[in-house]
Amino acid sequence: MSVTPDLLPATAEIFVLIMTCIILVVDTFTPEKYRASSYILTQGTLLGALLITIGLYTEQSIVTFHNTFILDPLASMLKGIIYIVVFAVLIYSKHFLQQHKMFKGEYFVLMLASVLGMMVMVSAYSFVTLYLGLELLSLSLYAMIAMQDQAKSAPEAAMKYFVLGAMASGLLLYGMSMIYGATGTLHLAEIQTNILDKFETHSLLLSFGLVFIIVAVAFKLGAVPFHMWVPDVYHGAPTAVTIFIGSAPKIAAFAMLFRLLVDGLESLHTSWQDILIILAILSMAVGNIIAIAQTNIKRMLAYSTVAHVGFILLGILSVSQSGYSASMFYTITYTIMAVGGFGMVLLLSHKGFDAERISDFKGLSTRAPWFAVMMMIFMFSMAGVPPFLGFWAKLLVLKAVVVEADMVWLAAIAVFFSIIGIFYYLRIIKFMFFDKAEDSEHLTITQGMAVTMSINGVVVLLLGLYPGILLTYCVQAITHVIQ
Amino acid sequence: MTEAIIFYLFSTVAVVSALMMISVRNPVRAAFYLVLSFFASAIIWLLLQAEFLAIVLVLVYVGAVMVLFLFVVMMLDLNIVEKESGFTRYFPIGIMLAAITFFSIYYVLGQKESGMDVFQSQPLSTAASHVEGYSNTKELGKLLYSEYVYAFEIAAMLLLVAIVAAISLTYRRRPKTRHQNPDLQVSARHEDRIRIVKIPVEERK
Repeated sequence: MSVTPDLLPATAEIFVLIMTCIILVVDTFTPEKYRASSYILTQGTLLGALLITIGLYTEQSIVTFHNTFILDPLASMLKGIIYIVVFAVLIYSKHFLQQHKMFKGEYFVLMLASVLGMMVMVSAYSFVTLYLGLELLSLSLYAMIAMQDQAKSAPEAAMKYFVLGAMASGLLLYGMSMIYGATGTLHLAEIQTNILDKFETHSLLLSFGLVFIIVAVAFKLGAVPFHMWVPDVYHGAPTAVTIFIGSAPKIAAFAMLFRLLVDGLESLHTSWQDILIILAILSMAVGNIIAIAQTNIKRMLAYSTVAHVGFILLGILSVSQSGYSASMFYTITYTIMAVGGFGMVLLLSHKGFDAERISDFKGLSTRAPWFAVMMMIFMFSMAGVPPFLGFWAKLLVLKAVVVEADMVWLAAIAVFFSIIGIFYYLRIIKFMFFDKAEDSEHLTITQGMAVTMSINGVVVLLLGLYPGILLTYCVQAITHVIQ
Repeated sequence: MTEAIIFYLFSTVAVVSALMMISVRNPVRAAFYLVLSFFASAIIWLLLQAEFLAIVLVLVYVGAVMVLFLFVVMMLDLNIVEKESGFTRYFPIGIMLAAITFFSIYYVLGQKESGMDVFQSQPLSTAASHVEGYSNTKELGKLLYSEYVYAFEIAAMLLLVAIVAAISLTYRRRPKTRHQNPDLQVSARHEDRIRIVKIPVEERK
């Protein structure tokens, strides 16, 4: 037995870890004037990690650290997307952070720590690492939400998230311990084989553990009926943190769902399929219907997240390669759109004013026509209007549900609720283009923000026109994992 | 037989003291009940011949964490907490939820074909018998630094994040708080401190 594990596949993780520590030290010794150095270092870390991950990309699955870490095309791709998304998030939130006295080294350290947590989750190949990655991510998020000391809502949101998150972690551990007890191993691949060897697939003990695991993952994703925290936390958190919570962690949560249900417990799919159907229908219904009643844009986007999570679950529950890749495509797509949507809220905010009401978008087309068009692209895409990216995501998921799982009724329900959902996306577009502006304050848009927003919008449009670019990678990644 | 007696005795102590911990109103007593609960759990660890874990539980939790906690409780002087006003209101719902959860778990796992029999593979005494010279600590250390080294490192990172989070959330220079500034203290001059004011003498009427 070789004692030293192969460290090479985990180079990206090690790099981010070291850079986090370096930023922590550098920030302590830099005076307030040069605080931007931490920001630049953080962005540099993300770029460096992206380069390393691309450099390490392989077509095979490399398992190291005694089967607790896996590097496969799925992990590489999701990690790459996470870096890019967080990079964009930081550019969007820089201005907001400076105005709200959150532009501090701790913020960046916590952000990198949560990125590390996500990376660990994405490459986890054992219950232990999956759980620890999740905790690393969540702990950093709780602290980031609570950091803003002026607003009273932020600590409240952090507390809510913390208590509910701790409970979900407890449920996850309970479920994992049941599965561990039944199969005698923590490694996902071994769990799969042990289940096939030892049990009939409908063992009650396994289903028992499975239920707890699904509840915990549903909580982290924000699926109904475990969605209560989503609107409150999105609303209460400082917008710069909301954009972060609403984007990259969704990718990590998808990875967690995939690793647990498909890598580890796919042989129990008859059990989890039914649970996911209920979760998906409820999520789409509650998310789309309650979003209509919202007047706060952050709450509205939160409920729209819940509805999108329903679609992500639809792909997984079709238990097929094309379903999984559709689900992955949907998650990535949603993240790109969500970053844009929340970025827009940050863009409209200025000193002492957070553009949180939907009516703040009124007349945007006269104040900033280019950005109104960008927001229109995001909204159309989220609503699923062709030819934007969101349309293809919805189409692929529905196709998987109909073709692979043969559940036409479920697809019909999904279409029904997304049609309801179109209403609140279109309302924003109506506000932007057909209503008079209430707020005549001149918008201060930094150059970095403007460029990123434009790229973000163009990406949604271009990938909508050529969805094959992203989709081929998703299909490849999933095919490698399944084999 | 003796093992079973010890197990049931100390698990009862652990559960009862855990219950007392959340129900007593005096925080210092609550802390001591928690200590008792930890001790009882440590003895259950010993039954599994996991001496190292038992000792660590006592050393770390009882020795460090709880003492620290008691310090905080005593410094803040929160002797008796006001009874939570929502307690009676939420109590029936809480009990109902707990009962439902308990009975559904009992129903599922109590069935014959639940698969729980995988846990009853060996009796306790033979499950953990080891050769002479076996060291629990050494084995644990070996595992921790070989098989679980990745998890171990992530856990270390988790602790670092906890420190950063705790400090960044609590370390706030509020304008109203009084704090010492050594720089100003050193440069203080007596002329700045005392000002002699001449007040004209007034005659009392």
